[in-house]
Amino acid sequence: MRAKFLASAGIVAATAVALTACSGGSGEGGGGGAEAASCTNTVVNADAPQVTVWAWYPGFNDVVDAYNNANDDVQICWTNAGQGNDEYTKFSTSVESGSGAPDVIQLESEVLPSFTIRDALVDLTEYGADDVKDNYAEGAWEDASSGDSVYAIPVDGGPMGMLYRQDLFDAAGITVPTTWEEFRVAAEKLKAAGTGGVLTDFPTNGRAFNQALFAQAGSVPFDYDSANPQEIGIEVNDAGAKKVLDYWDGLIKDGLVATDDAFTPDYNTKLVDGSYAVYLAAAWGPGYLQGLSDADPDAVWKAAPLPQWDAANPVQVNWGGSTFAVTEQAGDKELSARVAKEIFGSEEQMNLGIDKGALFPSYAPVLESEEFAAKEYEFFGGQQINKDVFLEAAAGYEGATFSPFQSYAYDQLTVQIFAMVQGEKDASTALDDLQASLEQYATEQGFTLK
Amino acid sequence: MATTTAPTSSPSIEPSERATHRPDRSFRRRQRWGWLFVAPFALVFLTFLILPLVFAFRMSLFSSTLATGTRFVGADNYVKAFTDPLFLEGLVTVAKFAFIMIPAQMLVALVAALVLDNLTTWASKFSRLMIFIPYAVPVVIGALMWGFLYSPRFGPAGSIFALFGAEAPNFLAQDSIFGSLVNIVTWQWAGYYMIIIYAALRGIDPGIYEAAVLDGASDRQIAWRIKIPLISSSMVMVIIFALIGTLQFFTEPQVLRGVAQGAIPTDYTPNMYAFSLAFSYSQFNYASAISFALGIVVFVFSFFFLFLTRKQSGLK
Repeated sequence: MRAKFLASAGIVAATAVALTACSGGSGEGGGGGAEAASCTNTVVNADAPQVTVWAWYPGFNDVVDAYNNANDDVQICWTNAGQGNDEYTKFSTSVESGSGAPDVIQLESEVLPSFTIRDALVDLTEYGADDVKDNYAEGAWEDASSGDSVYAIPVDGGPMGMLYRQDLFDAAGITVPTTWEEFRVAAEKLKAAGTGGVLTDFPTNGRAFNQALFAQAGSVPFDYDSANPQEIGIEVNDAGAKKVLDYWDGLIKDGLVATDDAFTPDYNTKLVDGSYAVYLAAAWGPGYLQGLSDADPDAVWKAAPLPQWDAANPVQVNWGGSTFAVTEQAGDKELSARVAKEIFGSEEQMNLGIDKGALFPSYAPVLESEEFAAKEYEFFGGQQINKDVFLEAAAGYEGATFSPFQSYAYDQLTVQIFAMVQGEKDASTALDDLQASLEQYATEQGFTLK
Repeated sequence: MATTTAPTSSPSIEPSERATHRPDRSFRRRQRWGWLFVAPFALVFLTFLILPLVFAFRMSLFSSTLATGTRFVGADNYVKAFTDPLFLEGLVTVAKFAFIMIPAQMLVALVAALVLDNLTTWASKFSRLMIFIPYAVPVVIGALMWGFLYSPRFGPAGSIFALFGAEAPNFLAQDSIFGSLVNIVTWQWAGYYMIIIYAALRGIDPGIYEAAVLDGASDRQIAWRIKIPLISSSMVMVIIFALIGTLQFFTEPQVLRGVAQGAIPTDYTPNMYAFSLAFSYSQFNYASAISFALGIVVFVFSFFFLFLTRKQSGLK
């Protein structure tokens, strides 16, 4: 009896220990010895050292397989740890606890400062990042760097353009707007046509989308350099931002555009069922559109450049775009940096990413290739949207600086734009209030304001 | 709970069996077995509840900001929490929910339980199950489902209102989100509370009803004068459950935020505020302090409520 009880108690204790050991140990894998069992992909060469990678690119398993087949001396162990914020939350928790992070991680360039300030990412200049600098679009490289340091290798970008419904434009007698002034006229025409739809949506939770539109009018919200991490300049309420937000406030007040939350099921349906005639999109937008259901079968989609404030001096902006960074928890940083550089660092690999994941490459040899420019998109009736729109937009993008508390800044931006849409304040007050709240937050967090 | 039974039972056994030594020793041995039985639970309890709590409390005494690093600040975080307008507004929000949501749930649960208690047909069993079923739906799934029902595009409201030539309200707008959330929670929890109240009603000796009927009491009088007073201790327990749950309101607004980010900000309730502080803004220390501050508030409210109802709950 007694022995039996003791034995069962022992089993319970052993299980408990095993459980805790599991949760503590899984993160330390990396570099040399990650357990093969935790990879989503199949490791081809089990003897080679493994590098753990978190990423959510569509079709990424094909890219990983191609890489593992081509390399004998290193293998990628890939996990999809969630898309965007879901992954960042996990990574952030791993950084806080000091274990559990992968060796290489997909991060959007806008969140890089939020992690560099927590010393979570490796400065890749020590691992030969500068050698590959010329392989990448200038703006994308700028987004992944801070001062002289480089914290990630760019993968894909989000130069912006305007996707529109040719059929709806024709029905309402609208010509494709090239300036924001014309854009407003188009919105009025569409409303007058009385089809029930609006020209486009201005979501209050647009986050990077809203910010990109502000940047087009010259707004530079943050001034931050990771070499001097205690100092930040904040100017979210500059003239450019106010001009843009005031413009949209006017469109909203006149009922010319919708203000539905972005990335909800409702919004996804409205994008493709004719409720909006225009989707102001990044280069990954066409891929996003094609994945949506309930599309209007008669839709005729076309792509055009983003409308401009001053047609004579066009300004190109970027929405989204991601990179591969190496974490401080990486077991073998040199090897991890190599993987970060190589995953999409060859024409074969990048072309796989384009074919399987509809990525818009930051990798120059592909980006500048004839083949990419001439690519015809069936969804757009055979239009060469890269040549017509996105390549020029990508070439003109000069990079942006993000804050080390970008998530907070975006949440506050949503709060303020929502208040504006509710009619509680005008555009200028909303941005002034945003400025005040960010300044207060930065001070609380121990930053010195420039 | 389990650990307290051993010490309280010991005085009652000991005096009667003190005469000889052997029972005493056997008792001690039995006590040892008791501890062994409790051990698996105690281990899990310690590892997954007590230790994290201690750890979180320790974290709440430090301050770590993005730019400056970690330092010991004592109770500063708590002072900050109780003067933080976002935390206080969140408390006001959940207090409003408590005032509306708890009576709504009690009313539905009590009426349903009283009606079901009076019926003895197959319909009553069926209805009992139907009212209880929402509780069996996981909270997240329930909230997601309601998110779709409220959706202006996919929800049924549009077509229902169109029947009467009216335009459906937007259930996810700033003004209506409160009512929409009350509805979800009531739908989900009223059935559970109904079962507790119903069980208490079944526990009443039917002889009492017979006596009441002989004295000429109507059904309504029996319900008001006999049933409700007799189940008051169950009611108090149910309200305490609801109160604690409401003050910690999190899942439903967090899920609905996915489709109504403007109407539900990240600091809508204190728990959501703590969550976003920790996981979106990496302020783990302040988030711990907010959590403990909320714990204190929940404790005070529950204690106060139990004190007010000490007569009904039989604590006094």
